[in-house]
Amino acid sequence: MLEDKSIYPDLREGRRVVRPGGKREAKPLNFPARRPWLTLGLAGAAGVFGALVGVAVLLFLMEWLKPGFLGEGCFLYAALADLDRAPAILLNGFLAYIASFVPVPPILLGILSALIVIGVLIGVFLSLFALTSVVERKVLARIQNRYGPNRVGPCGLLQPVADGVKMLVKEDIVPAGADRVVHFFAPVVMLVPALLVLAILPYGPGLVPMELSVGILFFFAMGATTEVAVFMAGWGSTNKYSLLGAMRAIAQMISYELPLIVSAVAVVMLAGSLSPEKIVETQAGYWAGIVPAWFVFTPWGFAGFLLFFIAAQAESNRSPFDLPEGESELVAGHLTEYSGFKYATFFIAEYVGLFAISGLAVTLFLGGWYAPSPLLAFIPGYIWFFVKLYSLVLLAIWIRGTVPRVRIDQLMEFAWKFLIPMSFVVVVAAAVWHYSGGGFLGWVVCTPLLLVPYLLFGSAFAKKFAPSGRVYRYSQG
Amino acid sequence: MNSPLFFLSYFVLSALVLVTAMAAVSFRNLVHCGLSLAFAFLALGAFYILLGAEFLGFVQILVYVGAVAVLIMFVILLAKPGVEERRWGWRDLVGRFAGVGVSLAVFLALLISVFRSPSLAVKAPEAPVFSIAVLGEKLVTEYVLPLQATGLLLTVAVLAAVIFASQEVTKK
Amino acid sequence: MNFANLSFDFGVGITLHTYLVLSAALFCIGLVAVLARRNAILVLVGIELMLSAANINFIAFWRFGAHPEEMVGVLFALFSIAVAAGEAAVGLALIILVYRHYKTINPSQFRSLNG
Repeated sequence: MLEDKSIYPDLREGRRVVRPGGKREAKPLNFPARRPWLTLGLAGAAGVFGALVGVAVLLFLMEWLKPGFLGEGCFLYAALADLDRAPAILLNGFLAYIASFVPVPPILLGILSALIVIGVLIGVFLSLFALTSVVERKVLARIQNRYGPNRVGPCGLLQPVADGVKMLVKEDIVPAGADRVVHFFAPVVMLVPALLVLAILPYGPGLVPMELSVGILFFFAMGATTEVAVFMAGWGSTNKYSLLGAMRAIAQMISYELPLIVSAVAVVMLAGSLSPEKIVETQAGYWAGIVPAWFVFTPWGFAGFLLFFIAAQAESNRSPFDLPEGESELVAGHLTEYSGFKYATFFIAEYVGLFAISGLAVTLFLGGWYAPSPLLAFIPGYIWFFVKLYSLVLLAIWIRGTVPRVRIDQLMEFAWKFLIPMSFVVVVAAAVWHYSGGGFLGWVVCTPLLLVPYLLFGSAFAKKFAPSGRVYRYSQG
Repeated sequence: MNSPLFFLSYFVLSALVLVTAMAAVSFRNLVHCGLSLAFAFLALGAFYILLGAEFLGFVQILVYVGAVAVLIMFVILLAKPGVEERRWGWRDLVGRFAGVGVSLAVFLALLISVFRSPSLAVKAPEAPVFSIAVLGEKLVTEYVLPLQATGLLLTVAVLAAVIFASQEVTKK
Repeated sequence: MNFANLSFDFGVGITLHTYLVLSAALFCIGLVAVLARRNAILVLVGIELMLSAANINFIAFWRFGAHPEEMVGVLFALFSIAVAAGEAAVGLALIILVYRHYKTINPSQFRSLNG
């Protein structure tokens, strides 16, 4: 977990400022603080109004550019009629529209399409990152009985802008003894795979930026390359804390990759495909018309989801597994010697990695774009996908606010002696579930199959790490 | 496919593979060697994907970049050889020139033998559908014995590595 | 929306020769490391590169062969990757052991047999 470096403005909150001239207290800034929801509502309404005006202007321009275009078969109508696939229809319609009056070779059209998709993906995830950076601080502040950032913009919502400006104008320091090339390329190598994995997530029906038959494998392969980036950052800085932090981070990533992959293997086994879209499609439908047929609502899927989520926290260096950057021991781990924009790049890569791995969890276990109830199926799939993704992110923030950091030996033993054996048990349980045909028999057989090993491994693990009675050498005589 | 994009990616990737591999064996600083090796493996994975074996390409990246290259860099740090010393005895020099010479001779021999066999000058057939289902089925039916043997080999290798590495601890 | 319609196909002008030359070059780069460098880790790196050259050959022959649907070349390459990973693990453990004993990883210095 990255350290919240701009925490200091919060400390000023609530202090009354006495002007030097007189005794009159300055009025506290009450516009955003007293009625935050009114402000937010007004801002939202303004945003919706602006979007409507924008669409109207666009329609007018199109009509003006090509008379008679906005006819019955216009793609804008088609997009409104099929909200689920609206982004794809809009994109294809826009490209066809361009091709209809500019003769563009198909390969250029393909590149243009790719660039638009890349731009949209990066835009969506960077704004999600900006939102999360302030939401995380506010939620953590509420958990710790503080206010959190509330000075910049309404409810502090413009804090990311201030942070971004701060990061950009900071001095970029490279240590004198550093390996300059490796030090420079580490953030780049960190960010690229984090952005690449966004391409295989299925955001909705037909909304997969890159249809890859081995998408899940692609995700894990790209995740593995971030280890090289961490090594580059740690070694290139020529700093003991950086090197130790990088060694810890790599050992942790290798150890937690195993339960991550093995619990995903259980899903791949039952879905019979490595393609994320196919995996989501196998989770369509509802049991008894009420419970969605997601994998998380099966005994093995529930256990697999928990394992996957825990391992994902460790993979993305989130608390309670954030000891590569544990400030009490290692300053900031492999990030110690980074400042300014390079530090911001690591920050972005870490959060985008968290979104991507939450998106994969949604794809594998939480039914991807499907609505949790048939009554809610009218809401487009991509909205469901992002709602689920963001609830996982909020869960991660909640965990960060409540669970203390683990020790390095506990971290390793937890991975090798609990998570990995349990994930193999989950694979076996998935096979048993498949051959018992699911349903009631599956529940009866799978539940003990999962519970007994859980209790065995868990009690052995808890016995070893249970806090023993503390001895105070000097105060107890 | 006769697309210029294919030719371009083929030549860029093969150049990348060769340059990074050469860098991996010729840097004086061992950590630079390890990093170049990681990038060579990455480029090789991309090359397999270009050849139509997507699954294998990603397995290559996962195993080689994520595990083997990182392991090599760990050992480089643990064994602390750092930068190879510049001091060369005549024996070393002879060894180095002999090594490069032998390698060049092998390369020439391979080149001649490749170009003298006309049966190799074939074009690829239509792109076969790379089916992971078929691959998996073959692994657990026809090739189940090699699969089990590989599993056994890896288990033994892990045990051996653990025992080797922990000897210092057990001696004390 | 699927813009990745660059199907992974074969170029008309590219024959099996080009792949074999590439793999031969990679093999010889590995051979240089094994023969000419004074460092056990780089010897291991060279061996890994030579194995990768063999993998290129397996896949190229699979792709150009008469029965690509049999997947023999791909399976061979898969096993070769797995075995190479095990080889790297054991080899590196051995290097650490040798380093502890001789305090060097120059293979030409491992001369004495007495422990």
